[in-house]
Amino acid sequence: MSSFLFRAMDARAGVFLALMAAVIILVPACNLFVPESSPFHVPTYAVTLMGKYLTYALLALAVDLVWGYCGILSLGHAAFFALGGYAMGMYLMRQIGTRGVYGDPILPDFMVFLNWQELPWYWYGFDMFWFAALMVLLVPGVLAFVFGWFAFRSRVTGVYLSIITQALTYALLLAFFRNDMGFGGNNGLTDFKDVLGFDIQADTTRAGLFAASGIALVICFLICRSITRSKLGKVLVAVRDAESRTRFLGYRVEHYKLFVWTLSAMMAGIAGALYVPQVGIINPGEFAPANSIEVVIWVAVGGRGTLVGAVLGAVLVNFAKTWFTAALPDIWLFALGGLFVFVTLFLPKGIVGTVSQGWTALRQRKISSDFSEGSGDPPSQPPQSPGAQANVEKPASAISRAGAAHPQPAE
Amino acid sequence: MSFLKSFLLFLFLLASPALAQSDPETLRPLINELAKGKYAETEQQIGDLAATGDPAVAPALEALGAGDLYFRKSDGQVFIAEKDGKQFKLTDPLTLEAQGEAGRREVKKIKVNNKLRRVIRSALGSLTLMAPDPKVRIAAAEAVFKAQDPGSIEALDTAIAAEKDENVLRVMQQARAAAVLNSDLEESEQIAAVETLSEMGNREALSLLIGVRSSTQGAVQVAAAAAVTKIEKSIAAWDAAQNIWYGISLGSVLLLAAIGLAITFGVMGVINMAHGEMVMIGAYTTFVVQDLIRTSAPGLFDYSLFIALPLAFLTAGLIGIAIERGVIRWLYGRPLETLLATWGISLILQQAVRSIFGPTNREVGNPDWMSGAFELGQMTITYNRMWIVVFALLVFAGLMLVLKKTPFGLYTRAVTQNRRMAASMGIRTPWIDALTFGLGSGIAGIAGVALSQIDNVSPNLGQGYIIDSFMVVVFGGVGNLWGTLVGAMTLGVVNKFLEPYAGAVLGKIFVLVFIILFIQKRPRGLFALKGRAVEA
Repeated sequence: MSSFLFRAMDARAGVFLALMAAVIILVPACNLFVPESSPFHVPTYAVTLMGKYLTYALLALAVDLVWGYCGILSLGHAAFFALGGYAMGMYLMRQIGTRGVYGDPILPDFMVFLNWQELPWYWYGFDMFWFAALMVLLVPGVLAFVFGWFAFRSRVTGVYLSIITQALTYALLLAFFRNDMGFGGNNGLTDFKDVLGFDIQADTTRAGLFAASGIALVICFLICRSITRSKLGKVLVAVRDAESRTRFLGYRVEHYKLFVWTLSAMMAGIAGALYVPQVGIINPGEFAPANSIEVVIWVAVGGRGTLVGAVLGAVLVNFAKTWFTAALPDIWLFALGGLFVFVTLFLPKGIVGTVSQGWTALRQRKISSDFSEGSGDPPSQPPQSPGAQANVEKPASAISRAGAAHPQPAE
Repeated sequence: MSFLKSFLLFLFLLASPALAQSDPETLRPLINELAKGKYAETEQQIGDLAATGDPAVAPALEALGAGDLYFRKSDGQVFIAEKDGKQFKLTDPLTLEAQGEAGRREVKKIKVNNKLRRVIRSALGSLTLMAPDPKVRIAAAEAVFKAQDPGSIEALDTAIAAEKDENVLRVMQQARAAAVLNSDLEESEQIAAVETLSEMGNREALSLLIGVRSSTQGAVQVAAAAAVTKIEKSIAAWDAAQNIWYGISLGSVLLLAAIGLAITFGVMGVINMAHGEMVMIGAYTTFVVQDLIRTSAPGLFDYSLFIALPLAFLTAGLIGIAIERGVIRWLYGRPLETLLATWGISLILQQAVRSIFGPTNREVGNPDWMSGAFELGQMTITYNRMWIVVFALLVFAGLMLVLKKTPFGLYTRAVTQNRRMAASMGIRTPWIDALTFGLGSGIAGIAGVALSQIDNVSPNLGQGYIIDSFMVVVFGGVGNLWGTLVGAMTLGVVNKFLEPYAGAVLGKIFVLVFIILFIQKRPRGLFALKGRAVEA
C-alpha cells in the first residue's frame, strides 16, 4: 500500500515541479520577449500579481508544514511573513539613499519627518543585502524559536496554542503601529527605488522577482517534501495524531515541534521578503490576525498535509479574491466566509486530499486487494473509519460520520 | 479680578430676589453721598453702603469699581453712565431704569484708586457671603478662594461669625485660609491657614500650597512643605483609586464580552470566533429598538435599553443556536476546524450587517440616566461606566445562579465535567450543547446592548473584542466562571495601571506578552479544571 502512496506522491510532486518549472520559465519569457501585440504576451502587472500569489503559496506551504504534518494550528504566521517583509523593506529603504523626499543620505524619509537625528541601532547593516537576507531568515527564526521553546516545553497545545499565536501577531501589530518603534508606524515602509542595483519598477526586475519567488517556492517545497518523507516526517505525523503516545514511546516531542516550527517561520520570512519588493509596500496591516487566519483557509482549501495542496489553495483562493474584489466587492466576504464553512464541513481534506483519496480508492478497487483496508490509509491523512473514503465529498456521508462521533472538548 | 467682581455680582443678582428689599429711596441718599468728598470719604461711604447689607447697592458698587459711576453736576444725583458717542446714557443705580441722556460736560466721573477698588471688592464679596441661599454663599466663598484676595478676609470673618451651615462654614474657612496666605498677616495665622488647606487635600489646595512653599520662609514654609507632602500622598492614593476604578470599568467590559465565550468554550471546547459578532448583533438590536422608539414612541426612549436587552438576548441566542445546529454540531472533536468555520461565519455576519445597515457607525443614544457623572472624593465617575460595571456583575451573578441552581445548569456542569458520563446518566448532551451555545451567544448579545453605550456601533465592533475576550478566557481558565471574572478584572486593572507609564498601546502589548508567558507557566489558565475533565 505504501508503495502506492509513494508513487502517487512522486507523481504529484513531479507534476508540480514540472508545472512550476514551466511557469518560472514561460511567464517571464512571455512578458519580456513576446511583443505586446501578441496574444501570448503576459503584461507586467500580471507577472507581479502572479509573483504575489507565489509568495502567498510559499507562506501557505510553511503553514501546511506545521499544521498539516505536525498539528500545530498557527494563527500567527502572518507575523513571521511580515517580519521577513520588514527586514527586506529596511534594506530597500536604505537603498533609496538621497533619492528620498528629504534627500537624507542615511535616514529614511519618515525618520527625517519625525526629527530623528541618527539611525537607530537596529537599522545598522541593512544597507548590505547579505545582512538583510540573513535577517530575513534570522528574525522570524529566532522569534519562532524563542516562542516555540517556551510554548512547546510547557506543552501548550491545540486551541490554546492557536490563541497565543494570535496574541503574538496582535501584539506585534500594535507594536509596529507605534511611530517610536522606528519602522514607519502606520504608513510602514514604501517608496522603494531599487533592489540589488536594479530599478524596482522595471519589467526585467519584476520578471526576475517572479522567477526568484518561483525558485524559492520550489526549493522550499523540496525541503518540506524531503522532511515529510523522512523518518522525521513520520514522527511529526505521529505527534499530530497522538502526541502523548509519541511522547510515551520515547520521542522528545517538543524538539520535533520546535524544529518544524522554526523552519516554517523562516520560510514564511522568505515569503514576506519576496512579497515586499513586488508589492512595493510593507505596513503593520500585514500583522493583522485576520491575515493569518486567511492563510489557514488557503491550506484547508487545497488540502492540509499535502504540500501541493497548500500551493494550489493559496493560488486558487487569491485568484478568486482578486476576481471577486474587482467584480463583486460586496460578495467577497460572503464567499470567503462561506468557503471557510464549506471546506471545514464538506471538504475536510481539501481539494488535493479528496482527489487523491478518490484516486487511491479507485486504484484499490481495480486491483484485487489482498491488503486489509485499515492499514491502507495514507499517512498523510488523519485516521478515520474505512468505507467513508470514497465519498467524502458528499455532504450526507460527512454528516453521518461526524454525527457518529461523540463531541469532545478541546484536546 | 474683574471676573471675580462680575461673578460676585452675578451671584448677588441670583440672591437678590430672595432678599426682602428695602425701599430704594432710603438708600438713595447714601449713594448720592458718593458724589462728595475725596478718596478717604469715599472709602467711608462705601463702608456705609456695605453695612446696609442690602444687595440693591451692589450694581452701584460694581459700577464704581469699573469707573462707570458718574454724578450730575447740576443736582449731585449719582448715575451709572455709559458713553454713547458724545452723550452719556444714564441708568439709575438702584432701580436700574434708564434715565435719559446727558452731555459730556453735564456729568462727572466718581474717581477710584486701587485701594478703593479693593475695598469695593470686599464689600461686594461680603454682600454675597451673607446671602440667604447656602449655595450662593458657597460659590461666593469658592470665588474668594480662587482669587485669594486678602481684602476679603474681613468680610469672611464677619460671614464666618454669622454662619450656621457647617458645609458653608468649611468652605468659608478654606477661602479665608487662602486669602490669609496671600496677606501679610502674622505667622501663626498663616500656619493655621496652611493647616486648614492641608485638610482640604485636593489639587487646588496643593497648587496653592506649592506656591506658598516657594514664596515664604521660616515656619510657614516648613508647614507648607509638610502639607504639600501630605496632600501629594493623599492625591496619589486617590489616583490609584481612580485607576482601579478605570481598571474595573475596563474589566467589566471584558467580562461582558468574554463571559459568553467562557461558557461555550468551557462546556463544548468550542472556540467560537463569531462570538464578537454576537456582541455586534446585540448592539445593532439596540440601534433598531432605539430607531423604532424615536419614530413611533419617543416617550419610551429612557426605557429603550430595557426593551433592547431581552430582544438582543433572543436575537443573538437564536442565531447562536442556528449556528450550533447548522455548523458546529458536525465538527465536535475537531476544535481547530470549528475555529475556522466560526471565523467564516463571523465574516458572513459582518458582511451581512454591513450590507443591511451600511459600513458606517450607527448612532446609539444614551438614556438620561446613563449620561453625566458624579464626584466621589477626588474621583470622577461617569454614570454609563458605573452602570456597565453594575450590569456586568448582575449578568455574572445571574449566570452563576442559572448554572448552580437550575436543572439546566446542573446538566451543563455535568456535561462540562464528563460528557460521556453525563450522556450515560440520561442527559441529552446535544440539546445541552445547543442550549449552552444559545445561552453564550445570548449573553454576548446583551453585552452588545451595554457596549453600544460606550463604543461605536459598526460592523467591526465585535472584532475589537474578540482577541481580548480570548485572552480573558485563556487567562482565567476554562470551565470556571470565577476564573473569567478574576481574569477580566485582573487584565483590566493591570492594563490601566500600565497605561500611565507605558502608554495605552505599549501597555496592551505588555499585557499580551504577559499572557503569552503566563500560559507557559499555567497552560490551562488561572483556575484550571482538575482531574479527569482535563483529559476528556
